[in-house]
Amino acid sequence: MRNIWIICRKELGTYFVSPIAYLLLAMFAIIFGFFFWNSLGYFVYLGMQSQMRGQPFPMNLNEQIVRPLLSNVGVIGLFFIPMITMRLFAEEKRSGTIELLTTSPVRDVEVIIGKWLAAVVLYACLLLVTALNFLFLFKYGNPDWKPIAIGYLGLLLQAGSLLAIGTFISTLTKNQIIAGAVTFGVLLLLWVLEWVSGYETATWAKALAYMSVITHFESFAKGVLESKDAIFYATLIFLGLFFTARSVESLRWRS
Amino acid sequence: MISVKELTKKYARSLAVDHISFEVNKGEIVGFLGPNGAGKTTTMRMLTCFLWPTSGTATVAGFDVIEKPLEVKKRIGYLPESPPLYQEMITEEYLSFVGKLKGLSGAELPKRIEYVCERCAIGDVKNKQLGKLSKGYRQRVGLAQAIIHNPDVLILDEPTAGLDPKQINETRDLVKSLAGDHTIILSTHILSEVEQTCQQVIIINKGKVIATDSVRNLQARARGAESVLVEVGGRNGKLDWAGVQQRLGQIPGVNRVVVKDTGAERTIFEIESAKQFVRGDLARTIVEAGWDLNELRPTAMSLEEIFLQLTGDERSATPVEAETTEK
Repeated sequence: MRNIWIICRKELGTYFVSPIAYLLLAMFAIIFGFFFWNSLGYFVYLGMQSQMRGQPFPMNLNEQIVRPLLSNVGVIGLFFIPMITMRLFAEEKRSGTIELLTTSPVRDVEVIIGKWLAAVVLYACLLLVTALNFLFLFKYGNPDWKPIAIGYLGLLLQAGSLLAIGTFISTLTKNQIIAGAVTFGVLLLLWVLEWVSGYETATWAKALAYMSVITHFESFAKGVLESKDAIFYATLIFLGLFFTARSVESLRWRS
Repeated sequence: MISVKELTKKYARSLAVDHISFEVNKGEIVGFLGPNGAGKTTTMRMLTCFLWPTSGTATVAGFDVIEKPLEVKKRIGYLPESPPLYQEMITEEYLSFVGKLKGLSGAELPKRIEYVCERCAIGDVKNKQLGKLSKGYRQRVGLAQAIIHNPDVLILDEPTAGLDPKQINETRDLVKSLAGDHTIILSTHILSEVEQTCQQVIIINKGKVIATDSVRNLQARARGAESVLVEVGGRNGKLDWAGVQQRLGQIPGVNRVVVKDTGAERTIFEIESAKQFVRGDLARTIVEAGWDLNELRPTAMSLEEIFLQLTGDERSATPVEAETTEK
């Protein structure tokens, strides 16, 4: 435990000492801010229309603003996650500091979990920035907070699994750019796998769509805590970290 | 302290380390000597648990590197060929991170940081970013991180590579000063380094140990095969070289007198001797016999030549032969 924390602290230090973390925070805030402003504008427009027609139709902050926005956070994350994970191991391999980590009296697993945890904490900070936007809703309306909390839990789980995959890919190369590009490709593919269910109903299509990381987020976006979806993300996290461990171990066989 | 038996490392296409065995006793400084690509780094990496051996065993302080890697790692300080520094970290922050990683905590940690900073003379760059340090300082910070947890064994991979002569001397002195507290293995391809810092040498080439000896023995071996080059000139432009050869051959300790080159006025002899100091006798004999001593030059086999001979290098020619081919 202590070692995990030491590694995690060091990684967070790297993120926050260099401009990486602040750059990501700023970009995330701007992009999500735009999304939020847009969707709020549309909500207000709909509200005015419904008043002008004289026949008000149901307006719901949770359904019309929070739910689509939370799904969009995941999409922004898709672009940001490779930037967070690409350096985790690739940089250590390039600079040779991996020799320090693997010859120190710590287990590989502790190094891996520490690094992944740091990435998750950084991502949580990004999520916190988006949460600030939702505070406005509480000031001017009264949305239900529970679906929002569950939505954020889902976002964190989803990001955790994608970060684990990114961490694994980062162990495969010395080159950060390659790690980042491959991670982005893999994540994008995992994202769009769900499309096949649009025209195909065979078992393979269902299985493929099930693998998609967004199908499992829908329940969270609705504010429903589905254990099978939580387990899906947890499994993905475990698999990602497991393959990372195997990959780091294989470094000891090669040079 | 370190015991290596039949250690082997195979890569996909090559055999990097081929059944090597050696022992290192507590408190010794051992030089790991060999040309580039001989398998020095691979062997060291196996000792530090960075690489797993293909076969064979190695134990450090009684712990097997495969079965008890954590125990081994606790007792080893390792400086890889390029110091494993995080460019963006501050020196002190880095040492604190490594210290914690090696299991230091509480009040002990700042004490050890203070100690290694003083020992490695890096106190004045404590608050500098590692990426901005000069090569010499980077090497010393690398050494500082290796000794921060006061390990029994220090493994240093080419600690002086890429440094300027002044820094090389400083690093050597530092390594020597660490000898009392730690058992040290250092690798190098520079012979004088071994002569100056180590007590024991392990010569390795193409993955095999080809000699294990103390530096003193190796030097003795080098001197044992001493040969001297003498150029003798005659008075009035005449020289009876056969007479000179016979006269010199009578000097005690001289094994063989070979005529290398002969001319009307001078002759060059190569004299092989078992004894170390025949040069004085040679000079005296020549002068007393009334000949001119134009040149007297030892062509003693240096450690360099022994090394080249052992590693089977083609360039193991003696300086004389090299000169002749140039002509």
